[in-house]
Amino acid sequence: MSDASVDPRFRRKPPRRPLRLSWSDERVRGIVYQVVVVALIGSVIYWLWSNTVHNLEVRRIATGFGFLQREAGLPIAEHLIPYDPTDTYLRALTVGVLNTLKVAVVGIVLATILGTIIGIARLSKNFLVSKIAAFYVEVIRDLPLLLQLLFWYTIMQGLPGPRQALNPVEGVFLSNRGLKLPWIIWEGAHTAALLACIAGIVLTWLYARQARAKQMADGQPRKIWPLAIALVIGLPILTWQAMGGPWDVDWPALRGFNFQGGTNMSPEFAALLIGLVTYTAGFIAEVVRAGILSVNSGQWEAAQALGLRHGSVLRLIVMPQALRVIIPPLTSNYLNLTKNSSLAVAIGYQDIVSIANTTLNQTGQAIEGIAIIMAVYLTISLSISLFMNWYNARIALVER
Amino acid sequence: MSDVTLNAATANPEATPRSAPLTAVGPIAWARTNLFAGWLSTAVTLVCGYLIIRAVMGFVDWAFINAIWSVPVNANGVAQTQACRDLAGSGACWAVVTEKHRFMLFGTYPYEQHWRPALVCILFVALYIVSALKRFWNWTLIPIWAGTLTAIGVLMWGGVLGLPYVPQERWGGLPITLILATFGLAFAFPLSILVALGRRSNLPAIKVLCVLYVELIRGVPLISLLFMASVMFPLFLPEGMNIDKLLRAQIAIILFAGAYLAEVVRAGLQSLPKGQYEAADAMGLSYWQKTGFIILPQALRTVIPPLVNTFIGFFKDTSLVLIIGIFDLLTAGKTAIVEPAWQGFGIEVYVFVGLIYLVFCFAMSKYSAGLETDLNKHRRR
Repeated sequence: MSDASVDPRFRRKPPRRPLRLSWSDERVRGIVYQVVVVALIGSVIYWLWSNTVHNLEVRRIATGFGFLQREAGLPIAEHLIPYDPTDTYLRALTVGVLNTLKVAVVGIVLATILGTIIGIARLSKNFLVSKIAAFYVEVIRDLPLLLQLLFWYTIMQGLPGPRQALNPVEGVFLSNRGLKLPWIIWEGAHTAALLACIAGIVLTWLYARQARAKQMADGQPRKIWPLAIALVIGLPILTWQAMGGPWDVDWPALRGFNFQGGTNMSPEFAALLIGLVTYTAGFIAEVVRAGILSVNSGQWEAAQALGLRHGSVLRLIVMPQALRVIIPPLTSNYLNLTKNSSLAVAIGYQDIVSIANTTLNQTGQAIEGIAIIMAVYLTISLSISLFMNWYNARIALVER
Repeated sequence: MSDVTLNAATANPEATPRSAPLTAVGPIAWARTNLFAGWLSTAVTLVCGYLIIRAVMGFVDWAFINAIWSVPVNANGVAQTQACRDLAGSGACWAVVTEKHRFMLFGTYPYEQHWRPALVCILFVALYIVSALKRFWNWTLIPIWAGTLTAIGVLMWGGVLGLPYVPQERWGGLPITLILATFGLAFAFPLSILVALGRRSNLPAIKVLCVLYVELIRGVPLISLLFMASVMFPLFLPEGMNIDKLLRAQIAIILFAGAYLAEVVRAGLQSLPKGQYEAADAMGLSYWQKTGFIILPQALRTVIPPLVNTFIGFFKDTSLVLIIGIFDLLTAGKTAIVEPAWQGFGIEVYVFVGLIYLVFCFAMSKYSAGLETDLNKHRRR
């Protein structure tokens, strides 16, 4: 249809009515409503604020974040960065944030793996496997997480003491002091090998991109895996060998009443991690199952009719479509896991909530303490959701 | 072809249709397709079967065969738990549950008045069942809820109708869990409808306020809100005015639940086709008439299953009040094993408490799943 055939009256914007000062004018009503609501909420906030200021004056509590520079004097058992009770509150809180991030990152990775396995198992054609997975999901999701954490922590405490520690494999000790594992003594060669491995991954990715571009040009598929193995595994081993190949293992051993050497996973961390992972995996399993079921079986058949192999069908046809359904709820499960890690305070793992809580008890700075907790979680939540939104937009269906 | 079949049929007119071979139907065929399809499936079945039998036998040994159900109590009222300790974990010590179940269920409520919290729990369950019946999904539900919640308040507090007064500090156990969850829902639900409508409103100031409320609450863990309720709330109020701890936690839970429910309700509002809004506008209905008679009845019906799931979520989340020291079911369970005689029997107590949560949540999730298939019936082909 050409432009000329459209009535020119329809191409014009409707004329803007002047604002009539009358209750029957919708826009006037809208403005009045908004003013009333904002004034109401504003006055409630002002009332609370003035009460707070008054109460703080009466109780002689100084406001502000000056206390962060004072000596904390609170012992923290687990810290990723060097920490001593004589350090400042700021450093103590930083240690807390890092502990929260540690359990959240490890938990997210493990929960994704376990959840995917269970979600796929629930779709298994084998009756027993699918029923076990369904039973697991149902029970885990119907029990409060806090109860599960207390349960795991009780089990951890019920383990034998260091002298009667369980010793399933040489060098691994499980006792009520936690899990002791042997650990290699870290040297320059190991760092170099790690860097070489990262470089190998980057090079492989670059090569794969180039190979794909060439395949697009001439249609010939190129093998990537031999070079990938050489770069990702061979290169680090060569680097490590070239630097002398040091391999000294620090074995944990019982001395006196506790273990010396090796690396340790505290019972609090272990209980929190097991609880978070098993709980969140139950939810992720449902997400994964729904995602896989959402892909129409016609997609499988059409891809097979094109002559694609099973792996290619999964990678190129099914997964991209399933991921579109999986990613948004998966993001909210990651956020839930991170927020749920705040339950650590109930079993004594020193995350940000636990340390901020101790801080506000010691200093009386209630408002600042809670503001810090909220700010940390809001930052983490917003960062994860921003990243996942970006990723989601990247894989979203492009429609005309 | 047709000649052949004709001849075959006439040759033996009394032949009854033969049933399929045993290997194609019945339990054997079922087992072959579902358990032993191929060598991998067979191997997995055998391994899983072995593990299940081991686990079930171990559990039966622990929970029933080696378990101790009661222990003697000496003259001072201290339980003699030596028999339980001798088991060294090979059997459950259910004696802790036998001895302490009244305490775990009703906390420190006066012992001879325990029938009152028990009745309250029954009233709550009855309220849930009535709300679950489709017959009551109309305005009659509001007086039913108001009446039951009032009756529950009267029973718990007492002081009228010849019931002795029980201060709130002595409440505890299962009624607290049910009160926090149910009152939380009763107040959070209307709030969430208003917020969801506000978030879809054309008025910018109201929209911004609603978005801020929902996103801020959803960005922080419930614990930080509970801490706020227990530590910061007293600072907010004028001097001399004090709200007790349970009510403060209840307010935190209402605010928390309101934000989550608002997102569920908003999904329902968005799922309605635009034509419904336009038709209502064309009829000349006002905003509240449109919302009350056209939009909400349809939108809320579609989101009942996710609403039930959200409710299950914060039924479980009420257990977090343990951290600020309110005496709910989980706290009562944890306190029961503080006594020296019962220390170390945490597993039994948590299994007992877990079973109560499981019964409630399992019933609700089965109901929600059933409802979902029921509401989607018209969509299935």
